[in-house]
Amino acid sequence: MRAAILIALMALTTMALRFLPFLVFGKKTPKYISYLGKVLPQAIIALLIVYCLKDVSLTTHPFGIPELLAGISVVVMQVWKRNAVLSILLGTAFYMLLIRVI
Amino acid sequence: MKEIKKAFYRSLPVMAGYVVLGTGFGILLHNAGYGVLWALAMSVFIYAGSMQYLGISLLTGGASVITTVITTIMVNARHLFYSISMIDKYKKTGKYKPYLIFALTDETYSLLCDDDDHPGENFNRYRFYVSFFNQCYWVAGSVIGSLLGAVIPFSTEGIEFSMTALFIASFTEQWINSKDHVPALTGLACTTACLIVFGPERFLIPAMLLITLVLTLLRKREEKKV
Repeated sequence: MRAAILIALMALTTMALRFLPFLVFGKKTPKYISYLGKVLPQAIIALLIVYCLKDVSLTTHPFGIPELLAGISVVVMQVWKRNAVLSILLGTAFYMLLIRVI
Repeated sequence: MKEIKKAFYRSLPVMAGYVVLGTGFGILLHNAGYGVLWALAMSVFIYAGSMQYLGISLLTGGASVITTVITTIMVNARHLFYSISMIDKYKKTGKYKPYLIFALTDETYSLLCDDDDHPGENFNRYRFYVSFFNQCYWVAGSVIGSLLGAVIPFSTEGIEFSMTALFIASFTEQWINSKDHVPALTGLACTTACLIVFGPERFLIPAMLLITLVLTLLRKREEKKV
């Protein structure tokens, strides 16, 4: 029972965070919020990359080398082929190989 | 039909990551003493990856109501950001809107946040399917993990990099498509600075506040470019 209540709370709180901006600003969107809507995506994607790599240690083996090389391979593939699915799948395969050989 | 196919194709990288990470979640929850219905309920109703992992320790650690709510706000505050930046894009999504908002995870956000040049019913359906397929992968993974209840016999170590790769590919694509790199660089610099100052456990919220502050200060300059 207690577990069900906690899960309901996690679900409702997460939903509240997702819906709140739409409820508050959805009808009449202030110009400032529209501005943030335009510039935030790029900043947030950058934040998410750092977030994913936050636990990589640069001072102990393997010094973040697999992440660096695989990350570069994703960028190169994306610039070259402009196909996100391909870049991601190849980059991930490359990473899985790197962590096994380095 | 065309939208379903396109959505499925675009969601493939997320499939790899969500099935594996979802399975990991299902296994941990199972080992904490909560069976498949609990895994199903959490993945259907909460549907937020890192929160669900943390939720296991809240359940087993006897967390209070207040702790649970505060922890959820801290971990998921970034969803406020996703929603703020989708207000204009999701304005005309009609009947799909509630689900699109509910299902806005990190990964779904990164697939949909830079796609806004094709308004209309078909495009809304495409957005819906991307969101829905992603949640299906996550739910399927959790159920598989819960039923399996033990570590998978072959090594999937490193497959979680598909999530990182997804964000790197989105970042690169947005960089190519945009003449103004100030927001991207702001995000990178602010987040890295906060990671160094606050450490890996606490940097997320300071980073979001700093990004908002810097972008707000740059507003006059940035709006001239648009």
